[in-house]
Amino acid sequence: MVSLGGDWLLGHDLPGADPVLDRFRQTPKPGSVSFESAALGDWDTGLITALMAIHKSAEASGVVVDDAGLPDGARKLIALALAVKEREGARRSAGEKGFLEQVGEDVLDAWQAGKELVSFLGELIQSFGRFFRGTATYLKSDVTQHIQEAGAEAFPIVSLISFLIGMIFAFVGVMQLNMFGAGIYTADLVAVAMVREMAPIMTAIIMAGRTGAAYAAQIGTMKVNEEIDALTTLGVNAIDFLVTPRVIALIVMMPLLTLYASLMGILGGLLVGLFMLDVSLVQYLEQTAAALKLNSLFGGLFKCIVYGSLVALAGCQQGIACGSSAMAVGQATTKAVVMGIVLIVVSASILTIIYINLGI
Amino acid sequence: MAYGDFLIQKDLNFTVNHGDVFIIMGGSGCGKSTLLKIMIGLKSPATGDITYDGESFWTAPADEQELMKRKFGTLFQSGALWSSMTLAENVGLPLTQYTDLDAEERREVASYKLSLVGLAGFEDYYPNEISGGMKKRAGLARAMAMDPEILFFDEPSAGLDPISAKLLDDLILELRESLGTTIVVVTHELASIFAIGNNCVFLDADTKTQLATGDPKELRDHHPNFVVRNFLQRGTAVPESDAA
Repeated sequence: MVSLGGDWLLGHDLPGADPVLDRFRQTPKPGSVSFESAALGDWDTGLITALMAIHKSAEASGVVVDDAGLPDGARKLIALALAVKEREGARRSAGEKGFLEQVGEDVLDAWQAGKELVSFLGELIQSFGRFFRGTATYLKSDVTQHIQEAGAEAFPIVSLISFLIGMIFAFVGVMQLNMFGAGIYTADLVAVAMVREMAPIMTAIIMAGRTGAAYAAQIGTMKVNEEIDALTTLGVNAIDFLVTPRVIALIVMMPLLTLYASLMGILGGLLVGLFMLDVSLVQYLEQTAAALKLNSLFGGLFKCIVYGSLVALAGCQQGIACGSSAMAVGQATTKAVVMGIVLIVVSASILTIIYINLGI
Repeated sequence: MAYGDFLIQKDLNFTVNHGDVFIIMGGSGCGKSTLLKIMIGLKSPATGDITYDGESFWTAPADEQELMKRKFGTLFQSGALWSSMTLAENVGLPLTQYTDLDAEERREVASYKLSLVGLAGFEDYYPNEISGGMKKRAGLARAMAMDPEILFFDEPSAGLDPISAKLLDDLILELRESLGTTIVVVTHELASIFAIGNNCVFLDADTKTQLATGDPKELRDHHPNFVVRNFLQRGTAVPESDAA
């Protein structure tokens, strides 16, 4: 016989069901448990959770529960909660994983992600094939819209960042080179660094954060809303319709943005050079022009096309592989940016080594 | 059908006849929407097959499957309209894909389909500018764009007020009468099931298989299985063995 008294409210100290549960664990086990609630005051869910705990423990220990002495409302609520049996196999165990197990899983996940990316690249190439043959379904207005959004609207941020990077390079160059009286070579430093490497990489990283994320979010949200399923059931290839226009837009705009970024970088260096070096505008520009070779320019432009494709690839692949919730869209966006940046840096290293070996 | 190792349903065997309004029903989580996805070609069954007029779908090559898919029209649960396109463009995309109509003609067809579902005048609205019920109707207009032989509906009356649900039911019956379309509906709205359904399959989440097929009214009144009768009588069935 359990006597319930006083107030059982969630916001205050709850007496709890422990005394009863302890009694169940002692031997001899009680045959049944019943309640009387004459002294019970205000109650709410706090009472119900304690009673549910008693019910569960009683069922496990084989003790019969007699609800008759409980208040009407409490009895009905408990009956409602117990009415639908727990579905078998639905409960998940919240097991903790060991460190090694976690590392192993992460490696397997990364391997799987790599395979998915390569597979997606294959589908993209097939889609390009259809584009060249004219058998792909897509909207031309989509391509121009993406060119506008990914390209034209990125000019402000690309200007700002490349200008500042040019200035930073010039500062570093001037500080070091002036010690050897070779300050004028700052012009070479800025020009070559920007055109060969910095403009392509910085532009690509800006694109990864700005456009790769946008692509992943757009396509991911479409996936969540079943819009991609709708395309598939109507026989429209989702890659042709959604992905390839975005990739094409980025590939078209990257060289233009990179050229522009190189120019802004050189201008930034010029500004610093004019103020900190004892050279004239013409001297600086002549030095810059002499340092730039066509190889550097084309090398840089080829790199930026590769980087742009990788950014679009990562963004669209993560979008298509997105799960079905808001959280999944966020994760897809994050992964798109991270994957884009990792791919950029890895390909930068590979291309640099190739260029060195080819003498470009 | 399964997701990896997680079995959803097994031993499903049923036939949808031409001109049927076929209901797929069952408790929550029994796999109705998954079954629909398998029937329209979005997900492959773990084992088994679907045949359309005797032609197998899941063992056919991809281009055959594309040809068979052209006969389907699907209304997804929340309409699944493409958010970057207007309603007219949404309805017009299947036309672009499968017909040689020019832009003017496509717009005419789209206007007609939209007025069929009661959305005349909304051709240039974007999906985020219209209500949930209107999105569904626009989704239906798109599903009907190519005059499909089979229309699939995923929970069409979810979120619709009773009058709209009735109008949708009327539209479904009209499509069957005048165009001879076969209709497959995933739903658990009892009023609709009895109003329009003439054949059905009942999926059970606990036993993970089908419990009944046939006319829903017959199943409600005479089926021996209590679970089936209870579902169709909205929980008021008496658990006695079938005497009638």
